[in-house]
Amino acid sequence: MSSDYEFSDYEYEDDEESMDVEGGSASSEEDMGMDEVYDDEIKIVSEGKKAYEVDYKPLTLQQVKDLVVADVDYISTIFGVDSDVAALLLRHMDWNKDRLTEKYMDNASSISITAGVSPVPKPSYPTSDRSKRVTRSSKSSKKLGQPSSFEPFLCPICFDDTATDTLALSCGHTFCTGCWTVYTISKIRDEGEHRILCMAENCGVVALDPFVHKALGDDEDTIARYDELLVRNYVACNKNLKYCPYPSCDRSVSCPTASSRSALSTIVPTVSCGADPKHKFCFGCTIDGDHRPVLCTIAKMWLKKCRDDSETANWIKSNTKECSKCQSTIEKNGGCNHMTCKKCKYEFCWVCMGPWAEHGTAWYSCNRYDDKSGVDARDAQSKSRASLERYLHYYNRWANHEQSAKLSIELYMKTEKKMEEMQLTTDLTWIEVQFMKKAVDIVENCRTTLKWTYAMAYYLQNGNQKAMFEDNQRDLERAVEDLSELLEQPIESEYIPVLRQKVTDKSVYVQKRNEILLEDTAKGYLEERWKWNDIVIDTL
Amino acid sequence: MSVVYSRRLKKELQEIQIEQADPAKRAAGIQLLQADDLKTWYFSIEVLGDSLYKNETFHLMVRFDPEYPFKSPAVQFVVSDKVKPPIHPHVYTNGHICASILGDDWSPTLSVMAICITIQSMLASCKKKELPEGNDDYVRTAPDNPKKTRFVYHDDTV
Ligand SMILES: [Zn+2]
Ligand SMILES: [Zn+2]
Ligand SMILES: [Zn+2]
Ligand SMILES: [Zn+2]
Repeated sequence: MSSDYEFSDYEYEDDEESMDVEGGSASSEEDMGMDEVYDDEIKIVSEGKKAYEVDYKPLTLQQVKDLVVADVDYISTIFGVDSDVAALLLRHMDWNKDRLTEKYMDNASSISITAGVSPVPKPSYPTSDRSKRVTRSSKSSKKLGQPSSFEPFLCPICFDDTATDTLALSCGHTFCTGCWTVYTISKIRDEGEHRILCMAENCGVVALDPFVHKALGDDEDTIARYDELLVRNYVACNKNLKYCPYPSCDRSVSCPTASSRSALSTIVPTVSCGADPKHKFCFGCTIDGDHRPVLCTIAKMWLKKCRDDSETANWIKSNTKECSKCQSTIEKNGGCNHMTCKKCKYEFCWVCMGPWAEHGTAWYSCNRYDDKSGVDARDAQSKSRASLERYLHYYNRWANHEQSAKLSIELYMKTEKKMEEMQLTTDLTWIEVQFMKKAVDIVENCRTTLKWTYAMAYYLQNGNQKAMFEDNQRDLERAVEDLSELLEQPIESEYIPVLRQKVTDKSVYVQKRNEILLEDTAKGYLEERWKWNDIVIDTL
Repeated sequence: MSVVYSRRLKKELQEIQIEQADPAKRAAGIQLLQADDLKTWYFSIEVLGDSLYKNETFHLMVRFDPEYPFKSPAVQFVVSDKVKPPIHPHVYTNGHICASILGDDWSPTLSVMAICITIQSMLASCKKKELPEGNDDYVRTAPDNPKKTRFVYHDDTV
């Protein structure tokens, strides 16, 4: 299960360094520029903000492109250069306008050469006939097909002497258009490269955008890919921006409050690009989706532990278990943890295998690990066993919620069928039967929260704070299981209004419990209320 | 595309064969051993003059992609009972070579012969015979085709 997550060694750059880079007068300039772009079209997501929510702005592709154009225009104006040249210079300096300006003022020709705007000058040749000399004067005996000035053009790459269309960058290295096209497509499509270097060996000249477009001709797909690579490069260079990680999504999110590593020790910046409710991601790390209430570093630590311990924990992932009463095999096929053995009718909890009856009472204890066995451990062997058991307690529940959330797709399909039935058998309208769909979404969402609460609880130090956290966890879990169970019951048409009322009420309650838990955890971070185990303290 | 590939390789082969027949033109120490098709060629390489590899002969295997010359060929030293790869800080014991010309610094205007000459001079300038750092780890996990490895290029002048 942990393998569903991509681990990445992506690290924030050193905070101080990036501060220096962004600091000074130009950054306030830039902020103002950005606000102008956002204000008309984007509703700010922070209205009625909760402690567990962050301020952020979703950006469409066009809005990011506008930011790019603004930066390019700015440089183009103050340097008095073409906007294509300005774009190349900015890309070379990772879009840092201040540092670029500084370097450009210091030595414009030197930065133009390293950026690939202009070729390295060769003082042995008169500059006046630059284009002639480069294609015709190379003397190396190991070079292929040197055309002499009396022959028609022979492309030194493909040896096609019939090609009449040729292209050359400012360095003058001339090749047939066909070769340029194949080369440019391969750089963009296969290598994801937006920096198209001249094909000649050791030539550092980079193609400007109009040249790339000329080489690509009417290959619209590759032109679109090139544009995307340029936008992605811009976003990657700006620590306030992140590209939506969902496949084939072209939106971005701006979240300056989560742009430094230190911010991530107190917030879990869950954001959404706005294209689709499912496009939720963490601005602080590459673990996708929503890992609230757990901080990025701890979520990462937990996933690593799960991956490292996956073999010992493997048996838990199994989808089947035996009924502890009659030993017949039971398959879990829905998200609810309340299981009833088809054979002997024994009712039990899927997670702890204990009788379900106990879970309905005040002494429900399925979410809390009893550390006593660890305290009682006498020798090293039973200690390590106890620590494995402790881990498995949390992992078991973590994995179970993950699996249940996945099974909710099945639950969703079942629910849809139910909704259709309801429309046919009652006079309820399509809108009125949406309560089922909404409820399924809420269950899935809250199971994700619950899943991560077990990672959090694993790393929390025993004590009052942890006990309170686990109370919230238990309340949410109970509410989710209740709602989940309600959704799996067979529907009898005469009870539909009653069911509808029940489901709606429970949905509201579940959401409230979820908010309470997230809110309390988020405030706990800000108040530095959470006390961690030594493993966490050593790593943080 | 395949037109470019075969026209270009035939031309290179032709030039190599002309050079090999003429001692005045031939790159000393480099010899084409086998080029039965336009997929895989073999060369032998010796470092002439004073070097750490005096009297040693190595074999290079060059494999071409259909995208040659826009993509670099896969180049490695042959490892067999008869020939061994050189002991060199950029050559792994499985024959893989870490050289920027085979990766990021490849240019479609370079040729197979240019690669051979570069590798020959890489050997000629070597100051100490030693294996690359992390050789054992690399060899244990390396893909069959060295082009699948993302090498971090060290100082190519070593
Ligand atoms: Zn050509
Ligand atoms: Zn050039
Ligand atoms: Zn998206
Ligand atoms: Zn995160």
